Amino acid sequence: MKQLMLGNAAAARGLWEAGCCVVSSYPGTPSTEITEEAAKYDEIYAEWAPNEKVAMETAFGASLAGKRSFCGMKHVGLNVAADPLFTVSYTGVNAGMVIAVADDAGMHSSQNEQDSRHYARSAKIPMLEPSDSAEALAFAKKAYELSEQFDVPVFLKMCTRIAHSQSIVDTGERVEAPAKPYVKTISKYVMTPANAIKRHPVVEERTRKLVEFAETTDLNRIENGPDHKIGIITSSTSYQYVKEVCGDKVPILKLGMIWPLPEKKIVDFARSVETLVVVEELDGFIETHVRELGLSCKGKEAFPLLGEFSQNLIAEKLGMEKHEGKALDEALPGRPPVMCAGCPHRGLFYTLAKNKCTVLGDIGCYTLGAAPPLNAIEMTLCMGASVSATHGFNKALGKESEGRTVAVIGDSTFMHSGMTGLANIAYNQSNSTVIIVDNSITGMTGHQQNPTTGYNIKGDPAGKIDLESLVRAMGIRRVRVVDPYNLAECDAAVKEELAAEEPSVIISRRPCALLKYVKHKAPLKTDPQKCIGCKSCMRIGCPAISMKDGKARVDDTLCVGCGICTQLCPKDAFESTGKEE
Amino acid sequence: METKNVMIVGVGGQGSLLASKLLGRMLLEEGYDVKVSEVHGMSQRGGSVVTYVRYGDRVSSPIIDKGEADFIVSFELLEAARWMEYLKPGGQIVTSTQQIDPMPVVTGAAQYPEDLVAKMKAAGAKVDALDCLELAKQAGSSKAVNLVLMGRLSHYFGMDDAVWQKAIEASVPPKFLELNKKAFELGKNA
Repeated sequence: MKQLMLGNAAAARGLWEAGCCVVSSYPGTPSTEITEEAAKYDEIYAEWAPNEKVAMETAFGASLAGKRSFCGMKHVGLNVAADPLFTVSYTGVNAGMVIAVADDAGMHSSQNEQDSRHYARSAKIPMLEPSDSAEALAFAKKAYELSEQFDVPVFLKMCTRIAHSQSIVDTGERVEAPAKPYVKTISKYVMTPANAIKRHPVVEERTRKLVEFAETTDLNRIENGPDHKIGIITSSTSYQYVKEVCGDKVPILKLGMIWPLPEKKIVDFARSVETLVVVEELDGFIETHVRELGLSCKGKEAFPLLGEFSQNLIAEKLGMEKHEGKALDEALPGRPPVMCAGCPHRGLFYTLAKNKCTVLGDIGCYTLGAAPPLNAIEMTLCMGASVSATHGFNKALGKESEGRTVAVIGDSTFMHSGMTGLANIAYNQSNSTVIIVDNSITGMTGHQQNPTTGYNIKGDPAGKIDLESLVRAMGIRRVRVVDPYNLAECDAAVKEELAAEEPSVIISRRPCALLKYVKHKAPLKTDPQKCIGCKSCMRIGCPAISMKDGKARVDDTLCVGCGICTQLCPKDAFESTGKEE
Repeated sequence: METKNVMIVGVGGQGSLLASKLLGRMLLEEGYDVKVSEVHGMSQRGGSVVTYVRYGDRVSSPIIDKGEADFIVSFELLEAARWMEYLKPGGQIVTSTQQIDPMPVVTGAAQYPEDLVAKMKAAGAKVDALDCLELAKQAGSSKAVNLVLMGRLSHYFGMDDAVWQKAIEASVPPKFLELNKKAFELGKNA
């Protein structure tokens, strides 16, 4: 049936049609919906794992057991899963195993712009790269065939524009995969040096065979054009921009398999055109290979290493006419993302800013605590780094920093990789204060369950890890829970735990204001007679409050009545509208 | 047919995804090649968001570039102005007059620009501005702004009313169908 489908949903459909049985992932934009959509198929067991390494190992275990499996992650998630990745390349698989990795050129929702294609080459794992939803579906299926044919996991490489664009797909039905009973094979699956040393040549031989496959597969196709002055090698979303600009006029080598590359095909294509152009976002990955083959080409000297491409950019770089529009000739105020009205993180960050704390942050919605006017967070690196870096910061500076430095990490991020940092604090005894902002959901990626929420990916009751017990079990004696809507309580907790002469954990607990089950109070309004325009309420950066004619005003379509502003107002100017939801 | 481009812009959380879902479904039903590109993740948190809808005989790029949009449909006035550069010469802006202060305005670091509709018109854009929030409330819910905007867009879009009605029925839960149809009519006839 023909339908409009998100790239990620199409990839999930491909998994299902290919007979995939086990899916384990950690959410991460722009990869999340593959697993969310996969979980909607009854034949697939799908789960959120605590992190990408666990997810990949789970998928490997399922493959070993003989069921087609999948794990999906964003580019930086693959760094976390890199440990199993490099060795599963040696063991190979039993049933097919597919790993989706989604890059985020332009950093719509990421902390870096790394190019995951390098992992394919360095881990020696083949990578397919779709350029629209139809290919996402088809390539997911193809990936399982290749995985079993070549005894290797296969990458399905997505990017923001493929993952989050809808295009037309023609869906098929599920075909159960051939049975692959598990057979105990110590030499293949136990990677001691003695066994691994025998697997390495297998890996190299496999790569040689994959290069042969790359030469003939229709995953890599030449689209001929009448004008041979230039020929373009491209893939993924860049292919779509090139087609938008060049139509069918220019010969294109469209790569669907990005590693290993079809060397002969590339050489032949290069010979058929006057100038070879490589169009790829981020690094010059294909270009490097092309140059290694002794070919000259136009690549990163013309096309940026940074950010996303677009049709105008391609047109400009190819010396063709680009479209232009007319902007207003005044600078408009920007609209950066902000913490939502009623966000439980706001009260905590206000407290930390007020106490002039040094805040080492982490990855999640609460990273927005770095934005004006709170400006509270001073460091954000990667998942879990708040906790470990605070320990290092305090070890370096001792008492000078112990009394004012805190780590801030979300509930899901803490389960992902904050726990090990806390183990380090408990074991190596730094007097560090860790604040777990527990909004009872994985917020930034769009509300996924995690091991602390008590629900699984389908929303059914599941195991629930109790954060207080977990933290105590690690040896942290000072553990307290605060409500971030209560500024006095937050303030006391932060002051007391920073003053304490031992490690402490504060759990700042209140569910995300956007969760459907959260009941809100009536929106607030201000009494213009009482408001003196002191702007005390403006210090929390609530998008629902603005100043109009020298008085604070509340937008009742945004306000959820959290009441943090009322605690800051010296004149009691805020009052309820009484209009409950 | 040459590819046509519709941009839907607004502030994260305003609900532009329903509008793009409705348009995408309608255009697919009409037999076009369609691509719809969305924004997920961090930018959704109250930031400036954009959805691209493209349709024609064969659509390649999933995004719309500067100077290419036939229509810009905006949930918020400043966002219409922000994305105006993406309008093609002769393109049409359909915008709600709702104003949501961005954080630099909230903190006092910047002013919300005045007379944006007049300024956009002076810059040569065709602008149809209406108070969609008020019309949505009249229809029964402030959340129906997207259907008010779709109703207004239908004026310019060159698609039969029956096609729109069918798309609304396919995109909206039955419980909210009447409300959304009313919002569409109010936008169309405003």
